[in-house]
Amino acid sequence: MATRGFTGRRPAPELADRIPPGQSLTDGFPVLSAGPTPRVSLGDWSFTLKVGPRPVKRWTWAEFQALPQTKMTRDIHCVTKWSKLNTAWTGVLIDDLLAEAGLEPPTPYALAHSYDGYSTNVPVADLVGGKAMIATHYEGKPLTPEHGGPARLLVPHLYFWKSAKWINGLQFTDRDEAGFWELRGYHIYGDPWREQRFSGD
Amino acid sequence: MTDAISQALHVPWQEATIERIERQTARVKSFFLRPQSWRSFQAGQHLDVRLTAPDGYQVQRSYSVASAPGLDGLYELIVERLEDGEISPFFHDVAEIGDAIEIRGPFGGHFVWGPEDGGPLLLVGGGSGVAPLMSILRHRAAVGVGVAVVLLQAARTWDDVIYREELIARDATDAEFALLLSLSRDTARRPQDVGRRIDKPLLEATLARLAAAPRLTFVCGSKPFVEAVSGHLVDLGLSPKTIRTERFGG
Repeated sequence: MATRGFTGRRPAPELADRIPPGQSLTDGFPVLSAGPTPRVSLGDWSFTLKVGPRPVKRWTWAEFQALPQTKMTRDIHCVTKWSKLNTAWTGVLIDDLLAEAGLEPPTPYALAHSYDGYSTNVPVADLVGGKAMIATHYEGKPLTPEHGGPARLLVPHLYFWKSAKWINGLQFTDRDEAGFWELRGYHIYGDPWREQRFSGD
Repeated sequence: MTDAISQALHVPWQEATIERIERQTARVKSFFLRPQSWRSFQAGQHLDVRLTAPDGYQVQRSYSVASAPGLDGLYELIVERLEDGEISPFFHDVAEIGDAIEIRGPFGGHFVWGPEDGGPLLLVGGGSGVAPLMSILRHRAAVGVGVAVVLLQAARTWDDVIYREELIARDATDAEFALLLSLSRDTARRPQDVGRRIDKPLLEATLARLAAAPRLTFVCGSKPFVEAVSGHLVDLGLSPKTIRTERFGG
């Protein structure tokens, strides 16, 4: 159905195939958060890998910085309709975390947990194979608190609520357990190219 | 839980007719949309809007519903005219009563309030961020629960205060409601208002108007507005778990 009198503003043709349906380009960097930005000092920061309820490996900030660092430049897509191209991140690949912990993925699913109590679920297949990292730097600078600093998950091929800000752990789960937004009407997987915004999409 | 979620019904796009347009301020208009198929909602939720050009190009945006769920069959959205916007100039300059647009929802399960959530409530809005707070206020009034509420609303000037007359009338008649205005580029017109931006002392004074710490706080506005306000509220001792935020813009 064409909307009477609407013409719109199209993205440059060479960028059009990088923008999923229903998304618009932004040059800014909007923020979607359920609550206040938590304050996490690097001295208190840690990251824990868990299998079910059992912690199997924990890193302090200094230990985490000593892990192999990887750069990743990707397009990102937020369910609130903005997309941002060529965002440049540095951090530790989930593959490298698992290798360091001497762990093969023990279950097919994972929950990311954050300092503010937020959680989000991601299949392990979407975290390994160089697809995802724990990012600590954005465009060469330490990640600011409002964008998830000290560290956030980066799963750029899924809607950006999956890239949990203020992450403090990754928990392997036997089942695909819904996280914070997934319990509140958002899609269990969140593929922007299939426009999986809300449950039932 | 996973099974229940994956089986949730798809919410389809549908046509809605613009039934009424009301000017709120020089830069803000209200649009009352009547959907073909009414879906009720929770106060605070948003509606997705989709516009389609003749060649098929589409664009989507989300707008908080400002009306109460009890306004049967109609969703009120407020649209602020942004000069460099793609959507808002269409709404302000082109859209007319009787036009059809596509909508989907309402959606959102966190920035919501119902009578079962109780109070007291602190609502803090910046500019058009008042929309979901208005839905909460109107819903609270409609269901008639005794929940104390303070709304601290920020605007540039007295004439930029969206819903000013409705809010002032409610302030005068509802003993459990208090309105405080923070005008960044104007002088205060009422003793309880201030002619400056929201800061920590103002939030402290606002909290003092409630007999007890708010059970829930809702903050909606631009990214820097919400970041500053929610940070001050945590500094003032509110539990982060009780503060719900919604941010718009880049």
